[in-house]
Amino acid sequence: MIKLEHVRKIFTDGTEAVKDLSLEIGEGEFCVFLGPSGCGKTTSMKMINRLIPMTSGKIYIQGVDTMKLNVNELRRGIGYAIQNIGLFPHLTVEQNIATVPMLKNWSRAKQRSRAEELLDLVGMDPGIFIDRYPSELSGGQQQRIGVARSLGADPPILLMDEPFGAIDPITRVNLQDEFLKIQAKIKKTIAFVTHDINEAIKMGDKIVLMKDGELVQYSDPSSLLYTPKNEFVRNFVGADRVLKSLRLHKAKDVMQKPPLLVQIGEAPSRIKERMEKNMLKWAMLVDENEHFLGWITPDDLKESKRIKDIIKPPTVTATLGTPLNEALSMMFNSVIGTLAVLDDKKRLAGVLSFQHMRDVLGQYMDDSKTDTGGIQG
Amino acid sequence: MWIQAWNYLLNHPDKILGWTLQHLYIILVANVAAAIIGILIGIYISGKGREHIAETVIYFASIMMTIPSLALYGILMGILSLLSLPSIGFLPVVIALTLYGLLPIIRNTYAAIREVDPAMIEAGRGMGMSEKQILTKVKLPLAVPIIMAGLRQAVVMNIGIAAIGSYIGAGGLGQPIFRGIANYRTDLILIGAICVSLLSIIVDMIMGRLEWLTTPKGVRIRRNQ
Ligand SMILES: Nc1ncnc2c1ncn2[C@@H]1O[C@H](COP(=O)(O)OP(=O)(O)OP(=O)(O)O)[C@@H](O)[C@H]1O
Ligand SMILES: [Mg+2]
Repeated sequence: MIKLEHVRKIFTDGTEAVKDLSLEIGEGEFCVFLGPSGCGKTTSMKMINRLIPMTSGKIYIQGVDTMKLNVNELRRGIGYAIQNIGLFPHLTVEQNIATVPMLKNWSRAKQRSRAEELLDLVGMDPGIFIDRYPSELSGGQQQRIGVARSLGADPPILLMDEPFGAIDPITRVNLQDEFLKIQAKIKKTIAFVTHDINEAIKMGDKIVLMKDGELVQYSDPSSLLYTPKNEFVRNFVGADRVLKSLRLHKAKDVMQKPPLLVQIGEAPSRIKERMEKNMLKWAMLVDENEHFLGWITPDDLKESKRIKDIIKPPTVTATLGTPLNEALSMMFNSVIGTLAVLDDKKRLAGVLSFQHMRDVLGQYMDDSKTDTGGIQG
Repeated sequence: MWIQAWNYLLNHPDKILGWTLQHLYIILVANVAAAIIGILIGIYISGKGREHIAETVIYFASIMMTIPSLALYGILMGILSLLSLPSIGFLPVVIALTLYGLLPIIRNTYAAIREVDPAMIEAGRGMGMSEKQILTKVKLPLAVPIIMAGLRQAVVMNIGIAAIGSYIGAGGLGQPIFRGIANYRTDLILIGAICVSLLSIIVDMIMGRLEWLTTPKGVRIRRNQ
């Protein structure tokens, strides 16, 4: 747990980089420091491991005043990853990862096995990479080593200053996904700096939004998007905040029960009847094991073929865990603008439609009542 | 003249070898001293907040380089005799060469340490390295090849200057040159000159190899690309 109390930083040139910052990062929480360039994110983070001495205030880690600890001991207990990675070019991957274990005088064998373990964790084959030098790695691999190094001595706390900056968007997304999976396993308390709102929403349990050295809003990502505290937050998160919020929800949270299921043996005329009765332009075809076989529209039923002959396998389907931003994009690709959601046994679990998505998300918005626009189902 | 020099070489290889060894000995002692003192000074002045001291030190080391060697020998002889130390021969020459060798070594040590990527120093500090550990585990290993380059410069330069040391009786390859000048023996001058040049070339090559060997492997790879 990290606790900042009335922390303030005035640099010698008079710049007041951080003004009276108080906040608490809970055990195992992923806290993102977000804000425009120069708002004091890096300064705030570096005061936690005392790379920048604070002018006034107090910072506690697990309840202990950081000023009361030996500064090097404090830092060895906090994982640290920086934007420019800062791998040591004269040391191998193993030596880089084992920097803190080396400082803590672990045995050589233990350092090596720890490096192997961490390479595995970040998805790099120790057999290939452990004895390489940083100059023999791609940018993305270097970033991974940077993350692995911050985990060197298994610290309970991580400080990360734009650890996935300076990297192409695709690799960046991969690293983010991988790191989320890692965090799900290791459950560290993390202070993570970024100026990318999408990264913040994707990664953070909590977001600290700062402006000119002050905390503007400290909340979870969905509150930041749905109930921005003021004009600055609203502008910072952007006019497309609803779209941004989509990734916070999963298909399973929003899907409906399939309104009309039909079996493969049913007569086309009967199906048509049922569609008309329900005022639906489609029905969902399933087999006896509830596996989804495809969509049926009235057009398919015109020629009185047997159902078996008109099955068109679905082009796209979502799973329970598909985030809504991806689901929405799939819906644009699907024939009828609705999307089948399958469970992990590939059985039909539900269905997503524009109308229903709008209804559910509308509940979260503070200003949806005044919004007359929106997606018409 | 060339034939005479050749004959001398064939008849007195022992003498030539003796002068060469003497020469190398002077160089070795002077440059080991210069390396130790120069690197220590370089490390010291590269510390935080010592930019002014650094400027002054490098300024004086540069001025030292502009003093003609004979003049410097003269000055040192004066000082040494005041201290009632041996004022001719080995000692003043070694001291002079040490002083000449300082500038490239101090300058390179200072620059090399200063140029280490700040991101790396921050990473080291952020992971809990003490300032001493940052110096020995990060800065110095990265600075070594550049320091070696400075040392190489110093050694090669001193091989030439050391020849003049024979004038005040320090021996070495300057001896045949000065004897040749005094006795109108061009062959001796030639032998001395050629040996000094050869020695410079060979030592330069060896030092170049050493510079390569002391470059950390991970940095070498980057240079190759
Ligand atoms: N050493 C320093 N001396 C003086 N002012 C500084 C120093 N370091 C940072 N500042 C100033 O403090 C303010 C906050 O800087 P900080 O590095 O924390 O910003 P940031 O939010 O991390 O920005 P970015 O997203 O660009 O990294 C800026 O106005 C910056 O110019
Ligand atoms: Mg920053």
